[in-house]
Amino acid sequence: MAPLLQLSGVSKRYGGVQANAGIDLRVDAGTIHAILGENGAGKSTLMKLIYGVERPDEGQVFWQGQAVALSSPSDARRLGIGMVFQHFSLFETLSVVQNMALIVPGSKAELATRIRDLGAAFGLSVDPQAMVHSLSVGERQRVEIIRCLLLNPKLLILDEPTSVLPPQSVALLFDTLRALRAKGMAILFISHKLEEIRELCDCATILRQGRVTARLDPRQGTAHDLATLMIGRPMPPPVHPTPHGLGEERLALTALSFANEDPFGVSLKDVSLSVRGGEILGIAGISGNGQQELAALISGEIALKSSASSVTLMSHPVGDLGAAARRKRGLAFVPEDRLGRGAVPDMSLADNALLTAHSRGLVQNGFINRKAERAFTAECITRFDVRTAGPQAEAGSLSGGNLQKFIMGREMMLNPSVLLVAQPTWGVDIGAASEIRQRLVAMRNAGAAIVVISEEIDELFEICDRLQVLHKGHLSPSLDVAATSVEQIGTYMIGAAA
Amino acid sequence: MKITFERRAALSRPVLFAAPVIALSLAMLTSLILFAALGKPAGQALYSLLLEPFVGWYNISEVLLKMGPLMLIAQGLAIGFRANVFNIGAEGQLIIGALCASALPVYFPEGSSPLMLPAMIAMGALGGAAWAGIAAGLRVRFNANEILVTLMLTLIATQVLNYLLLGPWKDPHGFNFPQSVTFPDAALLPILLTGTRVNISLLAALLVSALAYVMMRHRFSGYQLLVGGLAPRAARYAGFTEARAVWVSLLLGGLMAGLAGACEVAGPLGQLQRSVSTGYGYSAIIVAYLGGLNPLGIVVSAFLMAALFIGGDNAMVSADLPVAAVFVFQGLLLVFYLASLTFIRHRVILNWTRRA
Repeated sequence: MAPLLQLSGVSKRYGGVQANAGIDLRVDAGTIHAILGENGAGKSTLMKLIYGVERPDEGQVFWQGQAVALSSPSDARRLGIGMVFQHFSLFETLSVVQNMALIVPGSKAELATRIRDLGAAFGLSVDPQAMVHSLSVGERQRVEIIRCLLLNPKLLILDEPTSVLPPQSVALLFDTLRALRAKGMAILFISHKLEEIRELCDCATILRQGRVTARLDPRQGTAHDLATLMIGRPMPPPVHPTPHGLGEERLALTALSFANEDPFGVSLKDVSLSVRGGEILGIAGISGNGQQELAALISGEIALKSSASSVTLMSHPVGDLGAAARRKRGLAFVPEDRLGRGAVPDMSLADNALLTAHSRGLVQNGFINRKAERAFTAECITRFDVRTAGPQAEAGSLSGGNLQKFIMGREMMLNPSVLLVAQPTWGVDIGAASEIRQRLVAMRNAGAAIVVISEEIDELFEICDRLQVLHKGHLSPSLDVAATSVEQIGTYMIGAAA
Repeated sequence: MKITFERRAALSRPVLFAAPVIALSLAMLTSLILFAALGKPAGQALYSLLLEPFVGWYNISEVLLKMGPLMLIAQGLAIGFRANVFNIGAEGQLIIGALCASALPVYFPEGSSPLMLPAMIAMGALGGAAWAGIAAGLRVRFNANEILVTLMLTLIATQVLNYLLLGPWKDPHGFNFPQSVTFPDAALLPILLTGTRVNISLLAALLVSALAYVMMRHRFSGYQLLVGGLAPRAARYAGFTEARAVWVSLLLGGLMAGLAGACEVAGPLGQLQRSVSTGYGYSAIIVAYLGGLNPLGIVVSAFLMAALFIGGDNAMVSADLPVAAVFVFQGLLLVFYLASLTFIRHRVILNWTRRA
């Protein structure tokens, strides 16, 4: 029998970059097929070719044995291919159900019911009437998954689908995917979480630098083997921090409450935390539970005029101060959105270094010192292994992982007393992610106070000393990582803790 | 068919210079056709419009005279435009600047103090800044759109000008014309090029251009404005306040426009009259964009626009063109410039989708 989907010798080039080179792939009905590769290995491009977003320069795509030329995602959907994107492809000014109605037939009321049913069945709770612009990245991804399932596709492509789910929901999602496989559906599963792939997938195709480097059964061999095949060298070991003496309190939130004016935003209620020098506090939780608001309240992008003492930095009340004033007191911040917030896409890396490093001798008497700016940028590029043409490259031209390394490097080079990092390894390849985690631990050992907001529980357990869980604007009590379990955190994440 | 615009990667400088050239050529071609359709001598019209300004010393000096205020205002506006603060009311700020500068010679028509001129210039600049400051205050305090506020303030400024010229400030010996007394010599700018009307304000405009270049390229304050324009969330992240960007942009724009207004009454006009408002404030918007919002580019585009003004006057006389034709040409120039810039910055991809 002909395979459901077959690719032979497919290549795609963007300008000077060979994103895919001579890729052969075979996906059979009733299997879950993993696509593994680092960021920039060509996974996303390959998926775009299959989903009709892009057309291959060379090679042929066969669907149930027939050669097909997909020229748009609607062609792909007509054949029975559904895709859940890593980055949202939703209209922000429409509600969830309106977004669904664009490609799914049926009345809105009917759709809203199906959305609620699917949400309940798979632990993907989303208000069908909510406007997409008010949803967090995590919630948008849930909407994407539901939208695909509504169409009952023959082949479902999932691009890093589990990155936004709490552990309990991951298990539920896997049950769902297994049920779909049992019904004969084929699933292309992209993930960098190797344990997940070993647990779920029947076969795996490994990509490196746009080429297929291995095809294998992931259930044979260890996660370590898979990682080695994927990054082309042995994987760096995890870096559990060793306990050591703590310094003084650097950052504290005391009974902080924030009433969000945005009706779809999250209000924070009675949030308290305290971080001392030499420790990493992790804020776990699925995004959309107040993470954005919490980060902005700590960074000073949201200032509370009336309650200065609810936020203290180095024992000084700063709740009423803006971002610049808090930075002066020793705070540095790596935000979750890199383009447009952590960096200006249209500016060079050198000019992006200036964004927050201007106080480090890069500006003298109001004049920009271009030499110092270039030197700082070049040092950041070298020390943090940013792959780029140089300090003059536009920030927008860097891959997500490289830009994250640059922003992380820039903020770390400020030698902050307190470092706030939101989603440090989102969309970052496995090698770079482990490097970023190592550097965070190194900073902690050097005495910095660090707050990491992340959805990746494994990551938090690897590097944090203590964890607090954010759920619907409430922050759980502090839990010692050594004395807690993933399940316990997961219970807090879905608000089920007593 | 699907048409998509894909942003090109890095652009070389020469390519960016192509946009104004293409725009000028297309605007010429279109207006040639338009003039012909109007039954006017098209060749003669274009000659008057484009070449005559450069024929003879007198014409060239008149171009330089008009270039000054255009350059001044456009430099101020461009700073705001790059920070996404759209001051559309430079015309009103110019009028208020002219009014404030005129107050001194109107009340001291026999004045001869050497301090009179500097005081006039300062009052003009501050007056323009204060007028724009109203819009800044409303935007920061009430989030009132600065495009609308500056535009409406221009209408108010025009009425203030009318009131003063028809009432309290009217020259008692002026045969009832709506104009002020002629200014004493102490209130007039020294002539730069003897035998012409070009005064030292041209040097001031060039100096301002140099300062604008330094500010936008080398000053941290200019960089903060650019970040605010390119990525407002990054500006908030870094702690550059939006309110400051609004104030700086509007005050600088108003300052420059007010300065230009003062230089007009203390320069070629020599008195306050209604014709101080000839649309420099609006044309400067075109000048700013034609110059790519770049301080150096604006020097060139101000010169071109000034030549168009002189050429337009000539064409009205020699080719019997209506005054509107000149504005049409300016409009064509801006539209073609923005269009060619879009095509230069983006690649157009036509996707002929065949339905399966």
